Amino acid sequence: MRYEDPWYDALASGWGESDGPGGQVPVPGPGIAPARREGGDEAVVDVYLEVQRSAAFREVRSTYRRFVVPGVVVFLSWYVGYVVAATTAPGLMARPVAGAVNVAMLAGLGQFLTTFLFAWAYARHARLRRDRAALELRWDTQELTRGAQGGVA
Amino acid sequence: MTGNHQTLALILFSAFIAVTLAITTWVSRNRHGSAEEFYAGGRLFSPMENGFAIAGDYMSAASFLGVTGLIALFGYDGLLYVVGFLVAWLVVLFLVAELVRNCGRFTLADVVAARMSERPVRIAAGTSSVTVSVLYLVAQMVGAGSLVALLLGGTSPAARAWTVIGVGALMVIYVSLGGMRATTWIQIVKAVLLLAGTIVLTVLVLLRFHGDFDRLLLTAAGRSGHGDAFLTPGLKYGGDWTARFDFISLGLALVLGTAGLPHILSRFYTVPTARAARRSALWSIGLIGGFYLMTIVLGLGAAAIVGPEAIRGSNAAGNTAVPLLALDVGGGANSTGGTILFAVVAAVAFATILAVVAGITLASSASVAHDLYASLRRGHAKPRSEVAVARVASVGIGVVAIALGLLARDLNVAFLVGLAFAVAASANLPALLYSLFWRGFTTRGAVWAVYGGLIPALVLVVLSPVVSGSPESLFPGVDFQYFPLQNPGLVSIPMGFLAGWLGTVTSGEVPDEAKHAETEVRSLTGAGAA
Repeated sequence: MRYEDPWYDALASGWGESDGPGGQVPVPGPGIAPARREGGDEAVVDVYLEVQRSAAFREVRSTYRRFVVPGVVVFLSWYVGYVVAATTAPGLMARPVAGAVNVAMLAGLGQFLTTFLFAWAYARHARLRRDRAALELRWDTQELTRGAQGGVA
Repeated sequence: MTGNHQTLALILFSAFIAVTLAITTWVSRNRHGSAEEFYAGGRLFSPMENGFAIAGDYMSAASFLGVTGLIALFGYDGLLYVVGFLVAWLVVLFLVAELVRNCGRFTLADVVAARMSERPVRIAAGTSSVTVSVLYLVAQMVGAGSLVALLLGGTSPAARAWTVIGVGALMVIYVSLGGMRATTWIQIVKAVLLLAGTIVLTVLVLLRFHGDFDRLLLTAAGRSGHGDAFLTPGLKYGGDWTARFDFISLGLALVLGTAGLPHILSRFYTVPTARAARRSALWSIGLIGGFYLMTIVLGLGAAAIVGPEAIRGSNAAGNTAVPLLALDVGGGANSTGGTILFAVVAAVAFATILAVVAGITLASSASVAHDLYASLRRGHAKPRSEVAVARVASVGIGVVAIALGLLARDLNVAFLVGLAFAVAASANLPALLYSLFWRGFTTRGAVWAVYGGLIPALVLVVLSPVVSGSPESLFPGVDFQYFPLQNPGLVSIPMGFLAGWLGTVTSGEVPDEAKHAETEVRSLTGAGAA
């Protein structure tokens, strides 16, 4: 599995190696950010603000949100609707469809089906619309942070 | 139960323990005990491996024993659990998996604390993570107790207590010696065993009904004594409005809780990239979905073949429906096939419990060491000593879980897990989502979001009929029940979100633009990810 992932090697070799210009660990760990105290502080902070404002990043963000927000709204409403219907409309849920299978059973299995479909659609959307741009931004951002730290140190 | 069951099940189970201990020893050779290694297994698992491990973590005794028991006893109302358990994965996949992988290092608190004043947020998120984990652990311990009571024939309290203690001791060994790497491999082995066992049972049940699902439904409904009502919602949660609101509350907790479970979130740190995290979530959705479809067949099969009286007679909450079903579809109580299948299923269930317990213990000891210990002793703990603390913490958590597991032994396992989900959804999810998606979120908001969900959830459970005031309560003798619902989610989840919002708008703190930029850029691109 690991080797079928076209980005696997690229990412594994590109991060965590301490061969940055300053000889420091080039990437600050999230949350703890040891490199922050070295004086590259302001510059690194500016890198993230700059990237956040860039058109490329805003495109990635809105691509993500345009898919995720409606997606979450739809599947949560469908799920909550199902739960509420199960409690408030037992008559509807008990209506037979074919043999012993009733509306409730179909709705439950429908939840399984839509979950698989949503998961597949999300993965496809991310793979086709978002991954490449996000990866490029990742390299650019890391180059910039490395430059910012190296420049000060 | 005859002696054959016991002997065979014990042999199989011992084999599983031997194999997993061998794995633990093998993977922990030549390891330097770095935090990266202990908490995240070196971050080099493949998506498929991690997908199986996530499925292993998630398909707990609650699903295998508890949910099937609920379906067998209450028909359609048990099915709500599996739907909720599965749909919850969409929340994880869409909103959490990739972003958490990009932003955090080891724990949930890493993500929430990244933008905030670190110490109070870390303490809050660490506390709630440990609470959720302990509740979840109790459910697994109760499952272990029910199983052994069945296996040894009687309900000898001493045997149950010793099983629970034995499970606790083993998990501490796995976790403290092997860390995440050993725990992950144990999950993978267990997921394969559990899926294989479930497939065999499902096929046997369907063969019994000549592949006719309709007849399975009709037989189950007829045998249940409820007729058509068995196949429609309302048997357990119908009737008065209290029960109906309980059902809605449970539904909410299930769908929102998964994304706040610490042991599930920490699994995403074991793969190298966000893309790998997404793919492991996809693998796990496939595996978990397939598994739950089969548990529906098993639950209905238990109702149709074993019958509710026999299930209730063995364990009032239904936790032993699947082993009883195995005995029956294998050929009956005194046949070789029945004995073997029963022993296999019991051993698989034990393995399931052990593996899940190890996963949760690891996640909660990570919270204790990485979040609580590191924050409370001020200054930064050295990674090395942090791992030592985590090893000690796993012992402490084991002891607490054992004690509570002995106390709660008569509650349905799936129901107990429902409580853990409610607490996770109330305390962890609001803080996590706000810090990932809300630009203006502040430190006070984060702290309030955690405590504002955690405290109401716990208080409402204490005041609920689960603890007192009804014959099935933990303390049937006393009555301090003031909250009618068994599951607090309906009230406590909105309270968590509300408290987070309120804390943010009332705090004077100006949200740090730069840190928000950093979180957002990191979460979506993976720049600087550990």
